[in-house]
Amino acid sequence: MDLLQDLLLAFLGIVIVNNLVLTKFLGICPYLGVSGRIDMAFGMGCAVTFVVTLAGTLTWLIDHLLLMPYGLEVMRYVCFILVIAGAVQLVEMYVRKFFPALYESFGIFLPLITTNCAILGLCLFINLWEIDNLLEAVVLSVGAGIGFTLAICIMAGIRENLELADVPGPLRGAPITLITAGLLTLAFMGFAGMI
Amino acid sequence: MANTAPALKKTFLAGLWDENPVLRLLLGMCPTLAVTAAVKPALTMGLSVIFVLTCSNIVVSLMRHLLKPHLRILMFTLTIATFVTIADLFLKAFQPEMSDQLGPYIPLIIVNCIIICRAEACASKNGLVVSIVDALGMGLGFTLTLCVLAGVRELLATGKVFEIPVLWDGFLPWAAMGMPVGAFITLGLLLAGVNAIAQKEN
Repeated sequence: MDLLQDLLLAFLGIVIVNNLVLTKFLGICPYLGVSGRIDMAFGMGCAVTFVVTLAGTLTWLIDHLLLMPYGLEVMRYVCFILVIAGAVQLVEMYVRKFFPALYESFGIFLPLITTNCAILGLCLFINLWEIDNLLEAVVLSVGAGIGFTLAICIMAGIRENLELADVPGPLRGAPITLITAGLLTLAFMGFAGMI
Repeated sequence: MANTAPALKKTFLAGLWDENPVLRLLLGMCPTLAVTAAVKPALTMGLSVIFVLTCSNIVVSLMRHLLKPHLRILMFTLTIATFVTIADLFLKAFQPEMSDQLGPYIPLIIVNCIIICRAEACASKNGLVVSIVDALGMGLGFTLTLCVLAGVRELLATGKVFEIPVLWDGFLPWAAMGMPVGAFITLGLLLAGVNAIAQKEN
């Protein structure tokens, strides 16, 4: 039961308390760029969740089975980015072959996930927090993806309503989005210290 | 783009204002928000980005004739990852405190969109000199923006700039400016200011 409790706490921690987008500033580009409509935001969130789960698990395995035993830590960043680029390519091929409709709706956003810093950021955080348990690494990866989806969907919901508001000229577009994001972060700060 | 002095100067200045990566192109937002709680880490981040950007632009510019279209992004990323590793190890060796403070944001330069954007838009199409000048202009534009943002936030959050007290004694620090909220809202207002100036210019 202890293990289950630890995993549950780790999951809640990464989804709400240490949300990568709102407290660690990772994945801001898609967060600001793709959050115009809620259905696209949700699709992006799902794709990121899938890739981050795959990448987080694979980089943990490579780090612990290959790089650490042979003292190749210098190669860590190069390996990580290769794994992520490979995972994204794999997902792209798989989705194109088996779900062509979904592939059409993702469009350019699928390859762009490679340069989503939330994914590389999570792999680096798993390394930094010295997670030495595969199960925990997997749970953290899934949680990071779900946290990203949560943040981007909330943002998209707000922005859909913001379109009807009368925003002063210079604030239109990116500035008002950033200020909205700031207020959202303020709300999420209420969870800090919960775990 | 020609190699004449006025053209080079124009390329250099474009990075500072007309095509400022953060304020105009909205690139590299993650480090912009994450490391600007104080001026010192912001400056370290800016200098690291200038180093990586210049080196990767040089390498990409030299190998631009050998690049295959479908493999180019991968080659860019690998080049960048190599130089980021160098910068990271350098900081760990000579600035260990700063390296601890910046944490994963130095390795995250790999996925900083400014660098991939310049490799794709400039270095893979231009010669060595233009690429270097472009990298320096863009890098300096990024560093200056980071320092302005960090200066405002550090001043309001602690009453100091570059760890030197500047405000009066009884100043009540705005704790929120040092937190993520301050980062988003300050950058939002800065962008609004830049938009207002740009609209007046036109």
